[in-house]
Amino acid sequence: MSKSYETVIGLEVHVELATKTKIFCGCSTEFGGAPNTHTCPVCTGMPGSLPVLNKQVVEYALAVGLAANCQINQYCKFDRKNYFYPDNPQNYQISQLYLPICHDGWVEIDTASGKKRIGIHEIHMEEDAGKLIHDEWEDCSLVDYNRSGVPLIEIVSEPDMRSADEAIAYLEKLRLIIQYLGASDCKLQEGSMRADVNLSVRETGTAEFGTRTEMKNLNSFKAIARAIEGERNRQIELLEDGRKVVQETRRWDDNKESSHAMRSKEDAQDYRYFPDPDLVPVMISDEWIAQIKARQPELRTEKLARYQEEYKLPLYDAEILTASKHLADIFEETVALCKKPKEVSNWLMTETMRLLKEREQEAEDISFSPVNLAKLVELVEKNVINRTVARTVFEAVFADDVDPMQVVEEKGLKVVNDEGALQKTVEEIIAANPQSVADFKAGKQKAMGFIVGQVMRTMKGKADPAMVNKLVREALEKK
Amino acid sequence: MANIISDETIEYVGILAKLELSEEEKETAKRDMGRMLDYIDQLNELDTSGIEPMSHVFPVNNVFREDVVTQGDDRENMLRNAPEQKDGAFKVPKTVE
Repeated sequence: MSKSYETVIGLEVHVELATKTKIFCGCSTEFGGAPNTHTCPVCTGMPGSLPVLNKQVVEYALAVGLAANCQINQYCKFDRKNYFYPDNPQNYQISQLYLPICHDGWVEIDTASGKKRIGIHEIHMEEDAGKLIHDEWEDCSLVDYNRSGVPLIEIVSEPDMRSADEAIAYLEKLRLIIQYLGASDCKLQEGSMRADVNLSVRETGTAEFGTRTEMKNLNSFKAIARAIEGERNRQIELLEDGRKVVQETRRWDDNKESSHAMRSKEDAQDYRYFPDPDLVPVMISDEWIAQIKARQPELRTEKLARYQEEYKLPLYDAEILTASKHLADIFEETVALCKKPKEVSNWLMTETMRLLKEREQEAEDISFSPVNLAKLVELVEKNVINRTVARTVFEAVFADDVDPMQVVEEKGLKVVNDEGALQKTVEEIIAANPQSVADFKAGKQKAMGFIVGQVMRTMKGKADPAMVNKLVREALEKK
Repeated sequence: MANIISDETIEYVGILAKLELSEEEKETAKRDMGRMLDYIDQLNELDTSGIEPMSHVFPVNNVFREDVVTQGDDRENMLRNAPEQKDGAFKVPKTVE
């Protein structure tokens, strides 16, 4: 490759909102019901049915927009996007084209070269489509409209990102904001957060953008990063060969690590948007915006400050704990129970993170309850178990959310602080290691560490280390 | 008629609307659409500068529902509208992607 290229990336992020009901009807949004059990004439597009807007959708969209520094269109309305596909029973999707609820915002991300603002072009409200299942036995498809009408917001970024790392940082930032607001759980695997990548390349230093493609079917951060690399290389190869990039929608296949064009040219992309006559405009008053602002929960920046202030945690701890809303929630609930912020923080930052990494899981996947972590902290605090044993017990808590006391009792892990029994072991070990005793006498402090280690080993790690230290020192000094 | 609809346009509109039109129907549709556009041209003669575009004929806004489940769980009735059904789902010709 002789020339140097710059990648230009914009993202369209769809987020399923955490409402109880659909955007335009009173059907449940619950995930996983039997096919078509959450449907009604509105979300199956029956003639004569009328949509009525769910107020909570507007409030979530406003909350996200305000947290992402957006301007609000205080007069906004819905439009119909027309296309034919069986997952779309009305033959149009109700969306917002002309007056989306939020526009011109930004979020800040951390990059290798410092902080960077990623612009948000707009956020609009729309409805999700149904789900198509391809029948295994017959040459047909089956449609489940449970997801039809589930509320979405689509967050359209400006083409401000220049690498896969920046795109992932932007997505993580959005996810964190939305999770903190409680507006969605943002699970990529389950599809409650979906990202389409718009990507073009241009020679470094060129002012104009190159022709872009749009990539769909990306359901993990890793897939997004791989798709960005793959598409960047594909486009550069085309340009190097003197060919042109065609503006098209491509589907990423993460197993093959390649993409293919999704729609043929004959399939015109002409959505003929027009205002939906069944829905009246939404007027958002200054008072309503003020109410939403007043109700905004604590976001990460505020939490960071509070953790240092209220819990006296170092910035490093606070940053790790607040990097996931779920983790921060577990931390706060555990501290409320055991009142030991630094201890709880240590368990979450070291052992929990280590186990998550081993299992290739994320903080979102933590399933143990604050109650059991608080109990474990107390067991250590009251010296019922020592720290080494506590780590083993924690693994059980982490894996199966068990009561730590139960693990301790079942496995006989209690600290031995019966001075008589310990004394006996100490004497036995000292008698068996005359060389170490001699070394200690000769001034080698390390020799004492060896004896302590042997005692702990004989006691299977259950002895109270402070007590063992004291007894060994006393015994050696008497010699 | 001031507006003449081309053969290409009527062909394209037909594709978008998923309609197969006979030659005769195409001619009728071209005439009808031409007349509609003439009428729009007539409306365009009005001076509408300074007038807010209207998206709805009624002076009503902010019609909302509270976020409470009131519907669903009526699959049998919903599926009565399906020309064909299978395993509790609407059965349609196979779609690729």
